[in-house]
Amino acid sequence: MIYKLVKDAAAAVADITDGSTLMLGGFGLCGIPENCIQAILEKGTTNLTCISNNAGVDDFGIGLLLQQKRVKKMISSYVGENEEFERQLLSGELEVELIPQGTLAFRCMAAGYGMPAIFTPAGVGTEVAVGKESRIFDGKEYLLETAFNADFAIVKAWKGDTDGNLIFKSTARNFNPLMAMAGKITIAEVEELVEPGILDPDQIHTPGIYVHRIFEGKNYEKRIEKRTTSK
Amino acid sequence: MLDKEGIAKRIAKEVKNNTYVNLGIGIPTLVANYLHEGINVCFQSENGLLGVGPFPKEYAVDPDTINAGKQTITALPGASSFDSAMSFGMIHSKKIDLTILGAMEVSENGDIANWKIPGKMVKGMGGAMDLVASAKHIIVAMQHVNKAGESKLLAKCDLPLTGKNCVKRIVTELAVIDIAPEGGFVLIERAPGVSIEQIKNATAGKLLINGDIPEMAL
Repeated sequence: MIYKLVKDAAAAVADITDGSTLMLGGFGLCGIPENCIQAILEKGTTNLTCISNNAGVDDFGIGLLLQQKRVKKMISSYVGENEEFERQLLSGELEVELIPQGTLAFRCMAAGYGMPAIFTPAGVGTEVAVGKESRIFDGKEYLLETAFNADFAIVKAWKGDTDGNLIFKSTARNFNPLMAMAGKITIAEVEELVEPGILDPDQIHTPGIYVHRIFEGKNYEKRIEKRTTSK
Repeated sequence: MLDKEGIAKRIAKEVKNNTYVNLGIGIPTLVANYLHEGINVCFQSENGLLGVGPFPKEYAVDPDTINAGKQTITALPGASSFDSAMSFGMIHSKKIDLTILGAMEVSENGDIANWKIPGKMVKGMGGAMDLVASAKHIIVAMQHVNKAGESKLLAKCDLPLTGKNCVKRIVTELAVIDIAPEGGFVLIERAPGVSIEQIKNATAGKLLINGDIPEMAL
């Protein structure tokens, strides 16, 4: 099989250069590639464009990159819960493109399926629609939204094998499989890495063809943003 | 006048049996606590779960299982998880019967604004623009006036829109109001102890009052 195994996060992100466009999986802090974010932080990469549903919190996730001003532009759907982000945005230090969450998902999906664009009704009649082509189908208006074009997709899976096959867990799946399909180079960090043949082919969420590099991550914190319990 | 729990309780009466429902953050989340006996509902969370259950016991907290408000939750028996494209696929293909969400402003033609205050607050639209663009039925849960005492029910929204001509019904601490097909806020019910005069004073847009307006039964 095609060799994809890399030693660790540092090796996986070694060729990410300043000015790269990255897709980062996760919803809030759930299912984010913790190891790779840390490695990019340590490597000093800067001037990044990040496509990610959220921007982390002040001291975790993409928030770590924001704090050190490594991010030039964010493309996200929701960026609350991050004061530094809001400060950089309102002061004009950070370029931000806010787009509907479904549009974010569909633009990843389109890239992964080799489709140049999709039509969606989300954002019709709002400032999201400004400057965009629209078309009426069956009497309803839709916006033309183009596929993303990212240099690297960085995703986090629950289990993976050395052929790059991935399985995600619960709502930590979110944007991860979509982004995995969409990157020019896809890096997957997994909680548990196994030999080929261990994972049931019928249970694979992302076939290995989409994954270029894989490694087993370490010391997952899996921070919870809003721990909510019942008695 | 209703408190937040009261608004949720009133909205719970709108939830029909055997339906798929998406609840927004804030008051809408509380609706799940007040569903009537025998009402069978499946809650969708747009981050990728169908069959959202109650918040977990402390020992069962799973960082990989959260709702769209990023709170830890449980998955009920029969639940399914999926990626974000499939999640918005089920929203845009109109598989979700009812969306309940909050708002900063609603206009008398059913426009809604709830994601941005230019120069002040930019959190983003999250999934709201998708939900309002495609939901079969949209109920807004909100306070009638903002913290500055200004009406949130306007002739025209001042804030950037989330969606146009989409809201069907609004439930506030003062009233239940429908959007008339030709425009205008149709007063349907008064909250307990609230007069029509109070509702009129708190509504900046065109309020339509037809006949006797009953008090809400909760």
